[in-house]
Amino acid sequence: MNGIDLTLLAAAEAPTGVSLMWLVVAIPLASAAILLLAGRAADAWGHILGVAASAAAFVVAAWAFFAMLGRAPAERSFNLGLFDWITGGDFNLQAGLRIDQLSISFVLLVTFVGTLIHIYSVAYMSHDPDRRRFFAYLNLFVAAMLLLVLGNSYLVLFVGWEGVGLASYLLIGFWNQRLDYAVAAKKAFVANRVGDVGMLIAMMVMFAHFHTLTFDGVFEQVQADTASTAVLTAIGLALLLAACGKSAQFPLQSWLGDAMAGPTPVSALIHAATMVTAGVYLVVRSGPIYIHTEGARLAVLIVGAITLLYGAIVGCAKDDMKKALAASTMSQIGYMMLAAGLGPVGAAFAIMHLLTHGFFKAGLFLGAGSVMHAMKDQVDMRRFGGLGTVMKLTWVTMMAGWLAILGIPPFSGFWSKDKIIEEAFVGTGWQPWVFGLVAMLGAGITAFYMSRLFFMVFHGQARWTDDQHPHEAPPLMTVPMAILAIGSVDLGGILCLIGFAKWLEPVTQAAGEAAEAEPVLAVPVITVATLVLVLAGAALAWVKFGAKTAQVPVLPPPANVLVKAAREDLFQDTANDVFLVRPGQAVVKGLTAVDGKVVDGAVRGIGCLVQTVGGGLSRWQTGFVRSYAASMLAGVILLAAIVLAVWL
Amino acid sequence: MTVTAYLILASVLFTIGATTVLVRRNAIVMFMGVELMLNAANLAFLAFSRMYGTLDGQLAAFFVMVVAAAEVVVGLAIIVSLFRTRRTVSVDDESLMRH
Repeated sequence: MNGIDLTLLAAAEAPTGVSLMWLVVAIPLASAAILLLAGRAADAWGHILGVAASAAAFVVAAWAFFAMLGRAPAERSFNLGLFDWITGGDFNLQAGLRIDQLSISFVLLVTFVGTLIHIYSVAYMSHDPDRRRFFAYLNLFVAAMLLLVLGNSYLVLFVGWEGVGLASYLLIGFWNQRLDYAVAAKKAFVANRVGDVGMLIAMMVMFAHFHTLTFDGVFEQVQADTASTAVLTAIGLALLLAACGKSAQFPLQSWLGDAMAGPTPVSALIHAATMVTAGVYLVVRSGPIYIHTEGARLAVLIVGAITLLYGAIVGCAKDDMKKALAASTMSQIGYMMLAAGLGPVGAAFAIMHLLTHGFFKAGLFLGAGSVMHAMKDQVDMRRFGGLGTVMKLTWVTMMAGWLAILGIPPFSGFWSKDKIIEEAFVGTGWQPWVFGLVAMLGAGITAFYMSRLFFMVFHGQARWTDDQHPHEAPPLMTVPMAILAIGSVDLGGILCLIGFAKWLEPVTQAAGEAAEAEPVLAVPVITVATLVLVLAGAALAWVKFGAKTAQVPVLPPPANVLVKAAREDLFQDTANDVFLVRPGQAVVKGLTAVDGKVVDGAVRGIGCLVQTVGGGLSRWQTGFVRSYAASMLAGVILLAAIVLAVWL
Repeated sequence: MTVTAYLILASVLFTIGATTVLVRRNAIVMFMGVELMLNAANLAFLAFSRMYGTLDGQLAAFFVMVVAAAEVVVGLAIIVSLFRTRRTVSVDDESLMRH
């Protein structure tokens, strides 16, 4: 009971803006419910309600944010109890929200970028007869993501976690009249399910050892060393599996490319604000656990490093504009994972990169949507080229995103990515060298494939098909793109200037760490080397795809083994197919056979036996009264004979 | 007269009744066979009652009579309704109990 009183006290203390934070989740959720229940009646105004709900959530979040700013850094964390969820014996789980520096950062990103994407979708989906349903799902997506980041326990987080999975499934398969789109949605759902198993295992282990699932309760006991390292490592690895599923990290990344089946604003939402960032959030939020377990932290680092190279390599070979962007997301989330695994200092940069990435990636995706809008839903970059002259606004906004993701100073990607690379070089032994060099190499490859994308779309010779007449998108689409472009230009610098890492310190607990350790290489050396690699990558892309002399064949040319492998996502699908799908199908077939032959056979056999015996016995039931009487008499005589035989 | 004579008479009566039930087709005659069997049992009861000089057997005979009377009411009602619907009281015409 004491715990509840304390939380109520905390809620009473919270300023008005913060205590209204439940509205942030409730408004989009209510809007989604209204849009889905109202049906066709809401077609006329559904999109307006959707945009308004998202914008209202942003307003409440901003209010809470400013209310938080007015307090001392140590007092900016609030626990907002909502209701008793599960009560049983001495166990009491309260559903509540945790509003602190980390969650508010996420909430602001999700609601702001989400609102822009909503506005963009009004125009982008204007010809779709199901636009209202689309907005309902978008709102559901946003609400689920907000619940995920705001929950005060792993269980509340899990509700949002599942909600995000559901909404992404609905949105990826929004055009489910096409079979491959429906399959893509299912694939995303199944890959996420694998991650969810990790989440469930983590929660079960936590509950078994700590008897609580709230963040405060778990972290308190982790710091008090009540659990062995093995237990913490198990929790850390299970959480990492969960994060891999949601954030499309190796080895669960295969769904992300196929998820491009959804309408482009969905891709923007999945990649920038909701969904894939959830894994990074989980790892950063669980930072206190990872501090205490070296093994799990190393696993996070390795997964991040593999994925960031994996995504970058795949991105180099993709001709589908959206799939190239998807690969880049995978790679950038890999950076965030890597940073999150580096410890408290890195975690702050992971979140910072997540915020800047949210802006430039959303901008890039919305730009891609604008290009598709102009080119009749064409996504093959080999059929673009020279669009920069016709679509000036899209060109400028995408250029901002492109420079930001490259990490060219002073664009926002530079401030966050460069910090991650620097941080990767901190440490002792082999780790800083491996992870630092991987991160640096990744930056170079990123520069190549993003420049390839940019140049193939906007520069070089026009390779359009005859029926394509590119034109600029309507203002409803270009204005959100422009706002995101502004964010891509300066958000990183602003976050760096206001000391974002310092702002997050109470959550990441970086203050307790030793003063920032020096990287194994001097910081200027790292920065310059990274920039040289980036410029080299961009220059190579210009020579091959951008310059007037560059010849880009309309059909993908025959390539060597490596390029072919990259075009096939490095055989991830094949590997899944051989190692998971087919053995799984074999097991299922085997089980079906056992079920059909053995279990059903036994059941049918018993039925058959009873039927045969019954059929045989029913012959006796002739229906002739006198035969019954005769058998009764015979029975009586038999009984009498037995009785006599026993007596005598 | 010893009790044996009564028992022989009772068993003869019982056999006649049982044979009647098994052999005759007419439901009413079968019914009469059943009554004959019941009365054979009554006779045995009374004979034993005399032999032991107690009233238990006579009591049982009264019970049997009451039950037989009740049974006759129900049985005759069935036979009458059977006759009304089927215009016959032969039990073998169709295997009634099967349906």
